[in-house]
Amino acid sequence: MMQSRTRPPERPPRTHPPTPEHPVSYKLTFDGRELPAQEGQSVAAALWSAGILAWRTTRTNGAPRGAFCGIGQCYDCLVTVNGRPNQRACLLPARPGDTVTTQEGTGRAALED
Amino acid sequence: MPRSKTELAVVGAGPAGLAAAVTAADLGLTVTLLDAGARPGGQYYRHPAPALAATHPQAAAPHHDRRTFTTLLSRLRAHQAAGRIAYVPHHHVWSVTRADPTRTDPTWTLHTRTTESAPTSVTAPLAVTAPAVLLATGSYERHLPFPGWTLPGVVGAGGAQAMLKGGLVLPGRRIVVAGSGPLLLAVAGSLAGAGARVPAVVEAAAYTGYATGGAAATAALLRNPAKLAEGARHGAALLRAHTRLLTRHAVVEAHGTDRVEAVTVARLDRDWRPVPGTSRRIPCDALAVGHGLVPELSLATALGCATRTAPDGTVALALDADLRTSVPGVWSAGETGGIGGAQLAVAEGALAAHSIAQAPAPTRLRRTRTRLRAFADVMGAAHRPGAGWQHWLPDATDVCRCEEVPAGRIRESLAELGARDARTVKLLTRAGMGWCQGRMCGPAVAALCAAAGAGAGTDTGTDTGTDTGTDTGTDTGAEETAPAPDRRPLACPVPLRDLAQLPLPAAD
Repeated sequence: MMQSRTRPPERPPRTHPPTPEHPVSYKLTFDGRELPAQEGQSVAAALWSAGILAWRTTRTNGAPRGAFCGIGQCYDCLVTVNGRPNQRACLLPARPGDTVTTQEGTGRAALED
Repeated sequence: MPRSKTELAVVGAGPAGLAAAVTAADLGLTVTLLDAGARPGGQYYRHPAPALAATHPQAAAPHHDRRTFTTLLSRLRAHQAAGRIAYVPHHHVWSVTRADPTRTDPTWTLHTRTTESAPTSVTAPLAVTAPAVLLATGSYERHLPFPGWTLPGVVGAGGAQAMLKGGLVLPGRRIVVAGSGPLLLAVAGSLAGAGARVPAVVEAAAYTGYATGGAAATAALLRNPAKLAEGARHGAALLRAHTRLLTRHAVVEAHGTDRVEAVTVARLDRDWRPVPGTSRRIPCDALAVGHGLVPELSLATALGCATRTAPDGTVALALDADLRTSVPGVWSAGETGGIGGAQLAVAEGALAAHSIAQAPAPTRLRRTRTRLRAFADVMGAAHRPGAGWQHWLPDATDVCRCEEVPAGRIRESLAELGARDARTVKLLTRAGMGWCQGRMCGPAVAALCAAAGAGAGTDTGTDTGTDTGTDTGTDTGAEETAPAPDRRPLACPVPLRDLAQLPLPAAD
């Protein structure tokens, strides 16, 4: 809480694109778009870093959702990673080359034909 | 793996669980410490993975009492090396059952599943058996819904804090912090410290509430000068960050289509009812919101542990001076016994360990617990939601985020379909039937039930020994109707493959 004392109030937020101060470790893709991610970040943190706040749509109203509770309790951040749906993005560590795709509804449309 | 001769199983490696595990090991017990997290520390001492922290050295000291955590961690590592503590991260305990129901002295089996954080090499479910269990499952955030609260960019205040502590990321550049409780000041300070602009902290309670609780409350405040100084430090940090503190105000709507673009803030009366004509709009690209914390009791209530209503209006475990629950062989420490912060959790964890090890507890620990618990009670009462918040909840707003159940359907089930409690509301509307099992909508649904004069109980006819929910059906409104504990047979979703791998009852 005391960090602010030693920093100017307008310091750029960490949601900025990566800089030499915040190195890029590797890439993952989100809906076909390449994003930088840093080793040790969750999928949700990697997406927030890129300014992406929504990565699923609800199954009833198709409303956009992303991370809400941030600790694995609310399940709002469910996402499809490497074809596997319903992963909690706030808990799942991002890994090099991961393919993250927006999860629509239950994420199991392929089974519902 | 010494789990076959574990004498104590601790669930949760946050402040309470860590303190309990290392103290019990100091006192000679063999301990298994189970945690859903990837690293020890729980939510309060949440910290980034080492690789991430290495690239952000400025993130290395995010807590003012990091020394406590560092000490707990080094004691944990020493006990692990000596084989006295088996520390098992990435495992969520989904049920605790009696290992042998025929025995008079209980032995417990703790069933786990791995979480998303687990390395791919760790997949098998694990069962731990022990004669004593300590539940240190902590708490999660309480939310009161408002129009727009499901928009991307609206995140939990604790959620924003967790993502910053663990992932070093922010949800936006201009973040309003709103809701109620002391956590808001800490969150605003963290976000501003990480570079966000925080135009306002919007607190529904009045801080004068601390001073109007009578002589006992005043004494509790005066006996905790360190806590008061902590509040002053947060306030000073906000001043430096040019953040406005609006007390007795609430965010009554978040605006935007695909993400939040602004919020409407209104003044509240003493009962948290928005005062007409006081609305103002604050532009922002994120809102961090939360209305205090709720004890996580899934495992405890499934075991039948008795509960009480805490001064903040939440349901907490009823514990004795030695942190025993009403179920012999089951102890609990930290926020399961009522929201009170990390220092209290550490003291309670150490106290519980002495009780479990049948060792006399230091008087100092008991005094610390009493003092901090008294302070937490004053604070909890000051921030307890007033019933008037329901005036900012229109019928069209979703209350249950998972099942997308609007407030109007819940009100209809109470006014027209004959629901008399939250359990019936759930069956009629599906509120609380989704992934989170009512953790996000539960407090709001209970309040709607209370406002309708119905009991807030989620489960009638249970044998939990609770002292709550007895004054249902009165016309005195929400203040008089105590909530009942949630009942969740499983503490988290369990994959069918894990159930299929459960061992059959063994002959040994």
